[in-house]
Amino acid sequence: MQQLTSFATDYARYVLKGGTKFYAWMGSLALLIVGMMYVFYLQNTDGLIVTGMTSQISDGLYLANLVFLVGVAAGAVTIVFPAYVYHHEGMHKVAVLGEMLAISAVIMVMVFVFAHMGRPDRLWHMIPPWGIYSFSSMLGWDVMVLNGYLILNFICGFYYLWCKYTGNPINQKWFIPLVYVAIAWALSIHTVTAFLMANNPARPMWFHSMMPIRFIATAFAAGPALIILIFLVIRKNTKFWVDDSAIKLLTTIVQFCLGIAIFLTLSEVVVELYARTEHANGLYYLMFGLHGLTGLVPWFWSSVVLMICAFVMFFMPSFRNDFNRLQIPCVMAFAGIWIEKGMGLIVPGYIPSPIGEVTEYHPSFVEWLMVLGIWAFGFFILTILLKGAIGIMLGEVKFGGQTVATK
Amino acid sequence: MSSLMGAAALMVQSDDAAAATEWAEHFQKNYRLMTDAEKAEARARLERRYSSEYGKKVAVDTTEAQPGVLMGYALNIRKCIGCRRCVHACVEENNQSRGTRPGEKIEWIQVLRMERGEFSKDKMNHGYPEGLGIQVGGNAYTPAGQVLEGQYHYNPEAVPEKDATYMPIACMQCEKPPCVKVCPVRTTYREADGPVVIDYNWCIGCKMCMNACPYWARRFNLTKPVLPKEEMNPVTHYLGNRPRMRGVVEKCHWCLQRTRHDRYPACVEVCPVGARKFGNLLDPESEVSKILERKNVFRLKAELNTFPKFFYFYD
Repeated sequence: MQQLTSFATDYARYVLKGGTKFYAWMGSLALLIVGMMYVFYLQNTDGLIVTGMTSQISDGLYLANLVFLVGVAAGAVTIVFPAYVYHHEGMHKVAVLGEMLAISAVIMVMVFVFAHMGRPDRLWHMIPPWGIYSFSSMLGWDVMVLNGYLILNFICGFYYLWCKYTGNPINQKWFIPLVYVAIAWALSIHTVTAFLMANNPARPMWFHSMMPIRFIATAFAAGPALIILIFLVIRKNTKFWVDDSAIKLLTTIVQFCLGIAIFLTLSEVVVELYARTEHANGLYYLMFGLHGLTGLVPWFWSSVVLMICAFVMFFMPSFRNDFNRLQIPCVMAFAGIWIEKGMGLIVPGYIPSPIGEVTEYHPSFVEWLMVLGIWAFGFFILTILLKGAIGIMLGEVKFGGQTVATK
Repeated sequence: MSSLMGAAALMVQSDDAAAATEWAEHFQKNYRLMTDAEKAEARARLERRYSSEYGKKVAVDTTEAQPGVLMGYALNIRKCIGCRRCVHACVEENNQSRGTRPGEKIEWIQVLRMERGEFSKDKMNHGYPEGLGIQVGGNAYTPAGQVLEGQYHYNPEAVPEKDATYMPIACMQCEKPPCVKVCPVRTTYREADGPVVIDYNWCIGCKMCMNACPYWARRFNLTKPVLPKEEMNPVTHYLGNRPRMRGVVEKCHWCLQRTRHDRYPACVEVCPVGARKFGNLLDPESEVSKILERKNVFRLKAELNTFPKFFYFYD
């Protein structure tokens, strides 16, 4: 018990110590979080009318970000899997950081669930014993697997840190099986989220069995792309050294998952547009516009350009091996997939509507601020988690030892 | 939970009916799981709140489904003249939001207006598909009667228009409703006498049902519904037309407040050409049963296996 309180206090003390750069970063994030709280208040007093959503386009940026972030959370497995299954040295060192990213991403997903709901005050209606849990609802399953993933990562991540902190050996008997469960579970969260969209025959744009694999492919590109960016920041700003081998393996994973994602997108384009039935109207609207409405066209093509260019750039040694320039294709891949999942997948599911009505989606300022705020909230948590984890990994936070302040 | 509610009831000894009931409403159960006593309580609470809010005596009916009844609907598309009186009667009867801001106005019925279209000689050389230059089919037509391309915000001087046909749609009250399957809190369900209903007080506003509905029958209350006091219909049903709140989904329920008391839905009553028929599918003598027996009927998007109890026919 005494160990636990000292863990908490040492952890907090270490995280709170930081330079101007750290506080400026956290301060600006906090500012955005305040903005998010304000628009959340607006949404729950005025209603979702302050967003760009309508009865035709009943979900937009929120569901899009939710889906995307589920992918980021699942993407953490690209570190954990090589680390524990193939015993990759460089990855093993940073596996816990992947778990921290997963925790933050799942928390962001949950806040997006709150943001998109009409009545977040009634969320308890889906939690037994007070509420009703429906096994037939994909959203029910999604909430269950997401919570499970959060708990698994929390246990795996913090148990590992706890052992490092106290100096106790890790109990391999249950820790390793639990890590394997978490790895399989990572696939489940994105698969179920894909089913959430794909199991709707009412929405031809989503109604195909390619959805889960496409989700996984994009997740394993966007997730590690973000992780590479974070690792490069960590290498630059802390004493913690992420091995080159880890970053290189992640680069390979990003590239080939990105390649598969592009391939799947193109397959869909060919199948849908060759026959060009009415069911392809959503995709057609996305690519070229429909009835003169072209709101999503620039989004789609910018996503295609970003993804393909990033894929090609990963081939070039000048980008792949130069860690000063590796950020560029990573940012491009990340942005490309963010668009592909959001404006490129969720929104055209609603356009045209099931009765053929074509309307445009205009996200409001409130929505953008909410999205920014939730991302800021996620990065706020991520910074805290990563900083604490790094402190423990470096041995700067240790039971019984004086906590050493770092810059 | 009950002690919490008791404490809450003590706390809110005010005259403000809304404040007095809101707290208890937060903790009420899913309607289907309520005991008769709890249903009566919920009903009394709502009646009190609505009466004070709309300045008139509002009744909230809780009549259950009657055994031996399965409601069904049939619509004669030959007869429909596209006057849209059903749309307006529905809004008045069912307390839909009247607002003018985008998203505030809610209508449950859409009368889709569809071009008649034609094949003509002078279109023979227009080329199809345009832009690609590859001749894969004929080109002498303008699209006619595409179910998925109708528009419903038309405003002609007189109906019926010469160059249009009409296809009214609303909730199809499916026997296998996809919306019910996806609801994570089971707030929307099929009643024993057929209609798919929503417990507005249990709905969490996740909008999954709106994704699932192939007929675009569901509407979301983006804000507090705009319902002027004088236009509010005080004859309501708990699962039907009682005023909704912000952030929940609503849809057609075949006027439960009427049909459970042997009256026709408002749209059936108002239709000037008698295109709309409603009745008990289990009663062989009812009008809908006769129509199913004798006319050519079809269901919309039958390939989705939703099995609507809303039939189209023509004579």
